[in-house]
Amino acid sequence: METKISVKSLNLHYGEFHALKNISIDIPENSVMALIGPSGCGKSTFLKALNRMDDLVPNVKIEGTVLLDGKDIYSPETDVTLLRKRVGMVFQQPNPFPMSIYDNIAYGPRIHGVKSRRQLDETVESSLHGAALWDEVKDRLHKNAIGLSGGQQQRLCIARALAIKPEVLLMDEPTSALDPISTMKVEELIGTLKKKYTIVIVTHNMQQAARISENTAFFLHGEIVEYGETGQLFSMPKEKKTEAYITGRFG
Amino acid sequence: MSSKSARSEFDRELEGLHLDLIRLGGMIEEAIDNAITALVRRDKKLAQNVVDNDRRIDDLDHAIEAKCLSILLRQQPVAQDLRAVSTALKMVTDMERIGDHAADIADISLRFDSSPFIKKLEHIPLMARIASSMVKEGITAFVKSDVESSRETIRRDDEVDSLFETIKQEIIAILTQKPAVADQAVDLLMIAKYIERIGDHAVNICGWVIFFVTGEHKDKKII
Repeated sequence: METKISVKSLNLHYGEFHALKNISIDIPENSVMALIGPSGCGKSTFLKALNRMDDLVPNVKIEGTVLLDGKDIYSPETDVTLLRKRVGMVFQQPNPFPMSIYDNIAYGPRIHGVKSRRQLDETVESSLHGAALWDEVKDRLHKNAIGLSGGQQQRLCIARALAIKPEVLLMDEPTSALDPISTMKVEELIGTLKKKYTIVIVTHNMQQAARISENTAFFLHGEIVEYGETGQLFSMPKEKKTEAYITGRFG
Repeated sequence: MSSKSARSEFDRELEGLHLDLIRLGGMIEEAIDNAITALVRRDKKLAQNVVDNDRRIDDLDHAIEAKCLSILLRQQPVAQDLRAVSTALKMVTDMERIGDHAADIADISLRFDSSPFIKKLEHIPLMARIASSMVKEGITAFVKSDVESSRETIRRDDEVDSLFETIKQEIIAILTQKPAVADQAVDLLMIAKYIERIGDHAVNICGWVIFFVTGEHKDKKII
């Protein structure tokens, strides 16, 4: 499997606080990598480092390299807006814009210069298909997105991320706020999406990580304690700390 | 770092499961020993006891299965916990079958009339002692998470198989010379076969102990 993102010796400080300590990991293309670990372990910080969302935090200092298709995203020549188009993000709380479903999806492409009505129509439809939401909303595209259920809103956010044709999807606890059925739909969606995209997902749910990911990385105090093939990590972890965490004996 | 209190209820359940398996191990060892003693001494009362007691072995087997399934449902175990529960589920199957075979042996010996044994019983009790100690070693290995001991016990099955072959040849020789004693001869061969199967089940138990510790079963990664 090809490597989509290669992280080497990534160190991140928030002021004095050393939030990420010498992180090195390769993320394979067209697969799901789960990031697990107790609260405050650095997994969300690491996720956001992959599309330079951490840049927006005051007093942040980032050292090391993050190679996307072999090119360092932290090099001065990087177009950060373009980076965030290639590496999209979905958050824990669904955050649809207060506008129609159509305009939510079209927002990104419009910002990137797409004006053609036909093209926007196509993009909206294909993105909603991609997020397994089309059938549920095709007859009310011009209704406000806020009226959708929580699970639908989250899939709308995924559709919105897909509309700008990313290569990587970063998901920060995408189903934590959802009911079990919506969670299942999003998990199934992720299973389909990984065929075309590379997905990195932060989750607190061990069983979810075991269900949907090919690889898992366990973070603790800003370091990666262990990472590897998900089946292996969850059945025979190499490190005692990993075993203690995933069996719920701490954290 | 590791805090037992984080999942103490679950830990108690796992410990309870562990103790149940040890208890079941004790019951089946006793069943084997009593079945052979009843055969050799022609003790019908003891033999009947073994047959009747198989009910208790089956009941405990079912209770352990139910506990395992309940744990899987409620606790969604991973890693060592998952291996512990799945090992328990697999082991009880073999242990219950061992109990059945001991009862089968006792059942056969109940049918023997008062005519003398067609030959002095030496290989059968020897085979039974080895098989019974294999069962004991398997349970002990489980308690101690002992991979080396499990592997040794698995190797001992060759002795049991070899003794079975010897008994089989003896029975064939007797049958050829004295067809009139066919009834008892065939019964004794069946008893020997049941003991041989007990050895096989003891091997399975040891295989699962190795899986519990290493994650590999019969030298292959299962997951």
